[in-house]
Amino acid sequence: MRYLPLTDQDRAQMLGVIGAADIDALFCDAPREALLDGLVDLPRHAGELEVRRALESLAARNRPAGAGPFFCGAGAYRHHIPSSVDHLIQRSEFLTSYTPYQPEISQGTLQALYEFQTQVCGLTGMDVANASLYDGSNAAAEGVMMAARITGRHKAVLSGGLHPHYAQTIQTLAKAAGIEVFAQPLAFDAEGAVADAIDGETACVVVQTPNIFGTATDITAIAEAAHAAGALLICVTTEVLSLALLKSPGEMGADIVAAEGASLAGPLNFGGPYLGLFAANQTFLRQMPGRLCGQTVDADGKRGFVLTLSTREQHIRREKATSNVCTNSGLVALAFTMHLTLLGQTGLHDLAALNHAKARRLARAMAAVRGVEVLTPRFFNEIAVRLPRPAAPVVEALAQDGILAGVPVSRLAPGFDGVLLMAATETSTEADIETVAQAIAGALS
Amino acid sequence: MSAVGVGRQTQPEIDPTADRLGFQSLMGGHGLQQNEPLIFELAGDDPALWAKTGVDLPVDPEAEDVSDLTGLVRTAPLGLPGLSEPEAVRHYVRLSQKNHAIDLALYPLGSCTMKHNPRLNEAMARLPGLSDIHPLQPQSTVQGSIALMHEVGRWLSVLTGMPAVALPPRAGAHGELCGLLAIRAAHEARGNARKVVLVPTSAHGTNPATAALAGYGVVEVAQTVDGRVDIKDLASKLDPEVAAVMVTNPNTCGLFEREAIEIARLTHTAGAYFYGDGANFNAIVGRIRPGDLGVDAMHINLHKTFSTPHGGGGPGAGPVALSAALAPYAPKPWIVADGDGLRLEESDAGDSLGRMAAFHGQMGMFTRAYAYMLSHGADGLAQVAQDAVLNANYVKARLKGVLSAPFDGPCMHEALFDDSWLEGTGVSTLDFAKALIDEGFHPMTMYFPLVVHGAMLIEPTETESRAELDRFCDAVLALAQAAKAGDRARFTQAPHLAPLRRLDETQAARKPQLRWMTVAR
Repeated sequence: MRYLPLTDQDRAQMLGVIGAADIDALFCDAPREALLDGLVDLPRHAGELEVRRALESLAARNRPAGAGPFFCGAGAYRHHIPSSVDHLIQRSEFLTSYTPYQPEISQGTLQALYEFQTQVCGLTGMDVANASLYDGSNAAAEGVMMAARITGRHKAVLSGGLHPHYAQTIQTLAKAAGIEVFAQPLAFDAEGAVADAIDGETACVVVQTPNIFGTATDITAIAEAAHAAGALLICVTTEVLSLALLKSPGEMGADIVAAEGASLAGPLNFGGPYLGLFAANQTFLRQMPGRLCGQTVDADGKRGFVLTLSTREQHIRREKATSNVCTNSGLVALAFTMHLTLLGQTGLHDLAALNHAKARRLARAMAAVRGVEVLTPRFFNEIAVRLPRPAAPVVEALAQDGILAGVPVSRLAPGFDGVLLMAATETSTEADIETVAQAIAGALS
Repeated sequence: MSAVGVGRQTQPEIDPTADRLGFQSLMGGHGLQQNEPLIFELAGDDPALWAKTGVDLPVDPEAEDVSDLTGLVRTAPLGLPGLSEPEAVRHYVRLSQKNHAIDLALYPLGSCTMKHNPRLNEAMARLPGLSDIHPLQPQSTVQGSIALMHEVGRWLSVLTGMPAVALPPRAGAHGELCGLLAIRAAHEARGNARKVVLVPTSAHGTNPATAALAGYGVVEVAQTVDGRVDIKDLASKLDPEVAAVMVTNPNTCGLFEREAIEIARLTHTAGAYFYGDGANFNAIVGRIRPGDLGVDAMHINLHKTFSTPHGGGGPGAGPVALSAALAPYAPKPWIVADGDGLRLEESDAGDSLGRMAAFHGQMGMFTRAYAYMLSHGADGLAQVAQDAVLNANYVKARLKGVLSAPFDGPCMHEALFDDSWLEGTGVSTLDFAKALIDEGFHPMTMYFPLVVHGAMLIEPTETESRAELDRFCDAVLALAQAAKAGDRARFTQAPHLAPLRRLDETQAARKPQLRWMTVAR
């Protein structure tokens, strides 16, 4: 067995040192009736070649995004990641290390996390960022629970532009924590309506921009309305790249930002592992969930980094912790940081502008298709279009021809059968855009 | 080799590191170990001049036109420097060299399970057919991925002896929450969510934190002198308000809960559910099925038992095995058979506790874990548990003559020691652990579990050779001898040879500095 170094001779000699007759004797505390007599009913071990064959045959039953025109978004965006990033995160010292609890021999991870936190602050325009959470949806839910702790209130208002998966995640987690969630009905340009739902018992308002239909909105007025009522504004972004072109949540008055950072970190991965970005105003630092990396000095006065403010966390505070979160999305955060270090503010801006340009081309091409209406008034790299018939069968039919045209809203929520979400990124070529527009036109004719 | 034999080894009379400690390079270099600034410093002090980028993007004349975004365009600077590819690669490679890693040496963190991460798993997770897949593509175009998820669930179901597996949870603590929310939903369906979760004093901190998050009060259950759940104390606290009992088995003292079946019986008699924390499943995989012990819900950390990399702190993955009583409450999406194929059932309607995250689960981790499962098979996984237990007992046997073990008898996958053997040396558990760094090893888990004074919890895992175990034990015993010989500074000043000396964690917490800022700001 290639991953098990002990030989039978080793085992016999080690049992001699231990003074046990056999390995089963070491399992003597387990109930006899629970110890299996034989093997469980699963295949026996296999070599690399056989395992590779099995996985490759599963892979062959999928249609990868890169195999043709591709316009899916809805919270997961496909970007080109420079080759050096995946190479670097596979360095043994990054890939096979644990949480940096021993800072003297974990400065690599810690310094990268410090860079990560600074980059997240820059993108979001916020004062402090943590070392990441599981994903954007859980970051949003943690934000709601944090807002309830800060305000002592137990009501959360969710905008009708929030990704339905995010709204459902918040429902699940907040309900357990005793927070009442008021989710507004899904709408293309929903943000204007949210201020009316704020009252004196509202802990927070959760607003997404660009929203699930791609609509970008200046949320300054919502922030003001929330603050006037003593509530906090949580700004959600499911496409982190948009922050490089659009006004930052910090500029617009957000108190907490929850974003999905995976699109700049790595492949689509069928939805996970992803990267929850979480940032807040300095005032709320001690109520934040998750790990935080901070600067300090060592015994010789040299600068170094440590995990800090851990008295908020479960391993110290147990049932009084700010969250039960233990892990972060470490390696994905590292990839994110490496990519941002390659991009820099120049590359980030240019990449974001390029995405916006691709979406404009896509919107023009779709608007030119007879019977199709572009619904998104202001967008970054994603638009919603209305087809004159249900979108899901159209998408399915195009998929059979090798074109992934987008995400039908019906996949996420009822009541929008004709609406299709289409995202364009730097990976979308002009030929792809022409192909998808023609194919949709063909399917509708 | 025996513990006694090692005890006769003598320290070299001249410390070979002494010269190096006194030597100074002219410019502050340390041989292969580079002093590496932050990217913000590498880019120069003035953010206004940070124009460099390490990517070449296609030029699109339309990109400059943002006229459709009036009032929405960002004016605030990003404040993020860029580096060319050679600079960026060098920066992160230099940083990597400041990390310890399982690929470098034994990493004996008890309860964390640092085992070898097979590179085949990494290669498989990167097959474009599995990685370059959007979560909301038509399901007809992702049948391979759905089948892979289904297979991971099936293997976990067979290995746990439990009928259902929920794949969505993103990490162990997320899995705990999934289990407790399913338990809450099951109680609510009978009209009373109940109020309390019982947790042993030796539990991981996530257990009480999760119970609180699920809206339950936490009541601690005492531990017996032999390191197990005090079943009399448990029975006395099992009243009609108890929703669940959370027990880690093998527990955090590295011991099997001998009364596990009785704990389940008492718990069920009280109308409560038995939550098994599966953090230590690697000790029993293929040998014991938690379902046979009466467990109703158990999360499995794929990064522990099934070798997905820890990655410096994540990402994890925490699928949850559920009993028939809890299966209807599993979070969405579910995988259901649909004609010839499989389908993701995504609607959050029905009895399901709802959705715990966007999309479907930690797919990249499922691929890695599945490659590991196929590689080991039923026979190899049983051997994993056996070798993990054998290695831990070997370490215990070699060290117990010198270090003090609070509990007699064999351990499971990890060996626990306390600090009573250090009494009078002026060396603490922390000092001893930091001195291990100088010997080239990562410290063991310290001061956990909380029920043992100055705990040192050593988990070698099954992927260590006997030679590496001996190398580690020799180092521990040599250090023990030095501690007892009064060589205090070796410990209290340790580490001496790491990239940094001991860090001031108090200052970090008192004046939190969590991001880089220009001096001017």
